[in-house]
Amino acid sequence: MASSETYIPQNNQRRLKWRKSRDRVIEFGLLLSGLVAVFVTVSIALILVTESLPFFANVSLKEFLTDNLWTPMFDSPHFGILPLVAGTLVTTMVALLLAIPCGTIIAIYLSEFASHRTRETIKPMLELLGAVPTVVYGYFALMMVTPFLQKFIPNLPGFNMLGPGLVIGIMIIPYIASLSEDAMRAVPKYMREGSYAMGATRFQTATRVVVPGALSGIAAAYILGISRAVGETMVVAVAAGLQPNLTWDPTQSAATITAFIVQVSLGDLPHDSIGYQSIFAAGLVLMLITLVFNIGGFILTRRFREVY
Amino acid sequence: MSASNASVSHIPSKLVADAAMKSLQRHKLIDQLFVILGMTILFASLLTLAVLFLDLVRDGAPRFGWDFFTNFPSRNAQRAGILSAWVGTCLVMLATVCVAMPVGVAAAVYLEEYAPKNIFTAIIEINVTNLAGVPSIIYGLLALGLFVYKLELGQSIASAGLTLALLILPIVIVASREAIRAVPRNIREAAYALGATRWEVTAHHVVPYSSGGILTGLIIGLSRAIGETAPIITIGALAFIAFLPTPPIGSEFPYLSFTWLSDPFTVMPIQMFNWVSRPDTAFQVNAAAAGAVLLVMTLAMNGIAIYVRYRFRKKINW
Repeated sequence: MASSETYIPQNNQRRLKWRKSRDRVIEFGLLLSGLVAVFVTVSIALILVTESLPFFANVSLKEFLTDNLWTPMFDSPHFGILPLVAGTLVTTMVALLLAIPCGTIIAIYLSEFASHRTRETIKPMLELLGAVPTVVYGYFALMMVTPFLQKFIPNLPGFNMLGPGLVIGIMIIPYIASLSEDAMRAVPKYMREGSYAMGATRFQTATRVVVPGALSGIAAAYILGISRAVGETMVVAVAAGLQPNLTWDPTQSAATITAFIVQVSLGDLPHDSIGYQSIFAAGLVLMLITLVFNIGGFILTRRFREVY
Repeated sequence: MSASNASVSHIPSKLVADAAMKSLQRHKLIDQLFVILGMTILFASLLTLAVLFLDLVRDGAPRFGWDFFTNFPSRNAQRAGILSAWVGTCLVMLATVCVAMPVGVAAAVYLEEYAPKNIFTAIIEINVTNLAGVPSIIYGLLALGLFVYKLELGQSIASAGLTLALLILPIVIVASREAIRAVPRNIREAAYALGATRWEVTAHHVVPYSSGGILTGLIIGLSRAIGETAPIITIGALAFIAFLPTPPIGSEFPYLSFTWLSDPFTVMPIQMFNWVSRPDTAFQVNAAAAGAVLLVMTLAMNGIAIYVRYRFRKKINW
């Protein structure tokens, strides 16, 4: 029996060799593209740490964590991150108090009650709510929501954390609703059918079978919502005032970590000034807060994961 | 069954049935109330979007006109326009697409078609997932430290384009992966059977067939990038730009010019932010008008994405 090679003309074989070596080169190129993600993560960590090192050479960690004032641009500067952290946590809390109940209810409604047609029409529309540019939401908070709130809370200042917090809440409803709904739809049909067969109503099935079954996915949705709220910048930069203020009262004006970074970036700072270094320190804290929530969420989802 | 019958045997059966009926009716009522609650919240959310849009249009109405699109920013609110802003936005988006599309699709192809199942691949995957949750302003700090100072790209369109490309990379990768995964296995096997190499299978079949999903992801990513303000402010884009970048297409040889990449620029959301943060209320009108234009751009892109997805879904039947 003749070997198959004798039937392949010489130039075809050369061509096959060329095609195979081309494949290897391309595979390497594709791998490099995949590595961009790793490169970005590593550079974020490196840049945040190396650029904030000079800051921590000037400011002790103790002052950074315990001082009640954040006034890096003043003549007698104070570098206590607490006011910025408080601002961030308050706006996030307000946002979550609105977004988590609303988002979850919408998700349950869309997944368990709405018809297929309604769901397919409503979901893209709802996702548009998350596509609105954040600076537009900032305008919305400053020019519409705050004046509206002032009708009910007469002493509310023009810049406050309540308005922006609520607007951030509106902004993250679609994330929470959409991801939770995906998680609920992933719960197998037979579990619902089992529940219905026992005589449970839709609401009972939703709250006692579907939601517990989808809990890990729902938790992941909440975590993404929290990350969004913590990192949200423009809404607070526009509508919360830019005064660092150590308070837990949402009706006051304050600055968040993100708003401070924007405020400093707006001025033209020299590369080696303490102001320039301080935004990297602030960014590092922001990253750590996000990381803590994500790790917490990861542990929670592990614990609640149900295997069917 | 018999045990429960025994325990309630002293109660007349009609009473048990009545109680069960009542409880059932109560639960059905809860069902209906929940539907009303769900629809109300859903409707309120969508209403917010409508109110937001209508209010921007109403507030900005006095500025809509040709001049608004052809004037540079100005100290005089009535004469100020968004020319440099929308041109800047278009050029930044062009730079973003040129980076995000090849890198994003290539990464997705690698992860779906090439990557072996090992810890190395898992690390890449975890990174992609985590990057989606990183606040956008952190990308701004990364760009400030890396592109603006270390690579000395300065406060240019190239810096902004690269930053936004990295920002939307996870969106593009995830969407492309989903689209690639939806291509059935037998298509690949048929191509392999005809002697195609892996790259030929990918380039001639898998990627073209998944182009609808890839395109959708890219447009969604761009609609996110177009509204991003914080990272662009962080790299130091200026709000007051009264000139245009060098046009990318020239009338003389070699017709294509890349000097625009290193030009200073402003974009729509920054222009709006600049106007919104001025105390003078005349500029709030400009801000509303710019916001309406920006919102229309974003919603239009999302609309196109939904349409593309719909068209490709209809066309494909494996």
